[in-house]
Amino acid sequence: MNLKSLSIFLIISSFFLTCILSIWKIMATLQGLSFTNLNITPVFLICILLSLAFVLIGNKINHLIKIFSLSFIFSILYFYFNEASPYWYTLGVFLITLFFTNKLKKYSTQSLKEDFISEKIIFDFITLFGIVFFAFVILFPFYIMLVTSFKTQIALLVNPLDFSLDFTKSLTELFKSYFVIFETYNFGRYILISSAVSIGTVIVTLLFAIPAAYAVARLNFFGKNFLSTSILIIYMFPAIVLVIPLYTVFSQLGLRNSIFGLLIVYTATTLPVAIYMLQGYFKSIPKEIEDAGIMDGQNWFGIILKIIIPLSLPAIASVALYVFMIAWNEFLFSLMFLDSPKSFTLSRAIQYLSGDAETPRQYLMAGSVIVTLPVLFIFIYFEKYLVSGLTAGSVKE
Amino acid sequence: MSDSLSKLEKRTAYTLVLPAVLLVFAIVLFPIFANVWISFKDIELKDIRIPEPRAKKIVKSISENQSELKIIYKLRNSSLIQEIRNVQFQDKFPTNVSPIDLDPRCNFQSKKVVCNFGNWQAKYRENFEIIIQNNNGEIIDKKIIKSQKPILSGKADNPLLTTNFTLENFKKVFYENNFVELLLTTFYFTFFGTVGAIIFGILAAQLVNQNIQGRTYMRGILLFPYVGPVVALAYTWTLLLDPNSGTLNALLVNFNIIEKPINLLGQKYITMSILGFEFKLRLALTTVIFFEIWRYFPLAFLFILARLQAIPQSLYEAAEVDGASPIQKFIHITLPQITAIISILFMIRFIWNFNKFEDIFLLTGGASGTRTLPINVYQQGFAVSDIGMGSAVSIVIVMLLLSFMVIYFRLIGKRANES
Repeated sequence: MNLKSLSIFLIISSFFLTCILSIWKIMATLQGLSFTNLNITPVFLICILLSLAFVLIGNKINHLIKIFSLSFIFSILYFYFNEASPYWYTLGVFLITLFFTNKLKKYSTQSLKEDFISEKIIFDFITLFGIVFFAFVILFPFYIMLVTSFKTQIALLVNPLDFSLDFTKSLTELFKSYFVIFETYNFGRYILISSAVSIGTVIVTLLFAIPAAYAVARLNFFGKNFLSTSILIIYMFPAIVLVIPLYTVFSQLGLRNSIFGLLIVYTATTLPVAIYMLQGYFKSIPKEIEDAGIMDGQNWFGIILKIIIPLSLPAIASVALYVFMIAWNEFLFSLMFLDSPKSFTLSRAIQYLSGDAETPRQYLMAGSVIVTLPVLFIFIYFEKYLVSGLTAGSVKE
Repeated sequence: MSDSLSKLEKRTAYTLVLPAVLLVFAIVLFPIFANVWISFKDIELKDIRIPEPRAKKIVKSISENQSELKIIYKLRNSSLIQEIRNVQFQDKFPTNVSPIDLDPRCNFQSKKVVCNFGNWQAKYRENFEIIIQNNNGEIIDKKIIKSQKPILSGKADNPLLTTNFTLENFKKVFYENNFVELLLTTFYFTFFGTVGAIIFGILAAQLVNQNIQGRTYMRGILLFPYVGPVVALAYTWTLLLDPNSGTLNALLVNFNIIEKPINLLGQKYITMSILGFEFKLRLALTTVIFFEIWRYFPLAFLFILARLQAIPQSLYEAAEVDGASPIQKFIHITLPQITAIISILFMIRFIWNFNKFEDIFLLTGGASGTRTLPINVYQQGFAVSDIGMGSAVSIVIVMLLLSFMVIYFRLIGKRANES
């Protein structure tokens, strides 16, 4: 056996297991367990022992029996080295170890002799570590957002680490923040406004974008190339440089504080990307189908309505969802244009709430959950469309 | 025949394109040019309304029998800086009611009092009185009198359209605005945010591209920060990083990693010592950059992943046969395949980070050394309410952006020529 690759294997795998166990411990701490020490050194040492035992035992006993017995011994050792902890915590440790030893399956004294094995080990564990790391870093803020909305300000000030949910309370107690923001802060109205603006933007954008995209994709006219390059360049121009002139003009026209004004701005800012995405798709539709339509005596309007739209429904759906998400998430213009709580969108309402330092944080987080959930649901449900839209249109926040 | 067909085609094309083009022109292109105009004017937020004459009507009884009433009109010019020319006033009265001792500027005709007040200076105010009586000596109903609103009109210049220009705004932008500091902060933020997002994007794409279980779920989860609403995410981070009862500081203190909570978003500098060298780190700016990376690496990830999945597997198999190590495979096969997409991503992200407003605004509001150019537009235009100055900063942004784009298209052109 190659000593170098063995030691690399031991260190890397133990490092990985230690990291996962530390994350588990942090999550358990957030459930109100009073750990005060990550015990990294002793944990790391017993992880090394575990990996070493795994490789040395090799294929002498059945894999399943091996991982179960090793994980069991490991959990007992871990329990012994750690501060007092409840059984569910140790059960978690056991399951993590089980998962880990199962991942070690392909390593044996034999395989440690292969070419480039140390690089392969590093790649393997970096992959595993990376996935855990990314998942943790991404999901942690969302998790905090969700659980904070179920806590109370006082409980969080007393122990900012206790996010455990008290299920003995009644549901109305548990969801109190949500009831409060709907009843006291009028969030029902803001949801309606946000939905109206977003859906309105989608409809108007499609009405403008489909004909324009068809013309760019199919028809010959003077200035076509100029138009298609300027679409992209316009797209690069930031909302922040539009804000002051739009603010002044909208003030004079009385369009501030109106949903209509917001709708116009959202439509205009999403139009370039919508046209860009749609024309790419329209170009991929075989021209022969349209020629058949022309033979049948259809005019351009008929061709768009009866041929192009039915054939490109997936692309239209992805543009629609995409535009919806942009409009729903938009913040800058709603901040600039809306001063009166009567016409707030959800984002603006949450920002307004946070402006008052007295607002308890759980209300803020409950509002955040409400504004985030629809987008995440749409995203998860229509992920395929949206991802293809994101990559095709290359873009936009 | 074909000529008329192509004419028809052209006409159709313009009809189809025109609505979209006009809308984009009005809302996107017009403001960019309007910025140039405004940036040369000395104008503040409160000046943008067109001045108008206003009147508040108060009705008072002056005699016992209420057949006579005194009406006071509180007249004023709504603008503090501009005059209104040729102000006309008009108010209607019921039948049988007529004014006594009417002001010489007015006359009474067919139940109407019409006045010509001439020009009103800025801040002009006047209490204008009319005494009316019922010709038959009957009671005048106050409510009817009160419900009739006077009509005023006058000519005033739109403060936006006057032609007095000044270079003062640009002078202020460059000399009184910590311009160098502002520019440096913007570039730090933009550059490190972009590079970080791309590096994490490559890492994540490389991970998800392996044959792991649940890779579609992983792809979905990785995109969460990108699709989530910025307001919700920024406030969650603020809460996580809060020095008093934020989760992160509480955790670090709990596990004895740090002694005192660190105000990650509110502290401008932190002194670090690495290998005996002490240096100051822009703490709040770094935190904001990390938020930026967290939020936008998914985009880089998505693009690079799409590219990675298009690399033919046979290339890797051939390398395997040749005995290449994983690192060699990455450097010699993967990297050359993704350089093109990385350069595009770099440019897109660079431009957008350069323009980023919401994220910094919501996290720090531009305090603690996180003031970038877009934040400055907001601060000048709305916090200080100097619209002209805000526009001047916008112009600086547009100019810088245009130069980035020129450089970028030059580079792309070169690349196209080479291949």
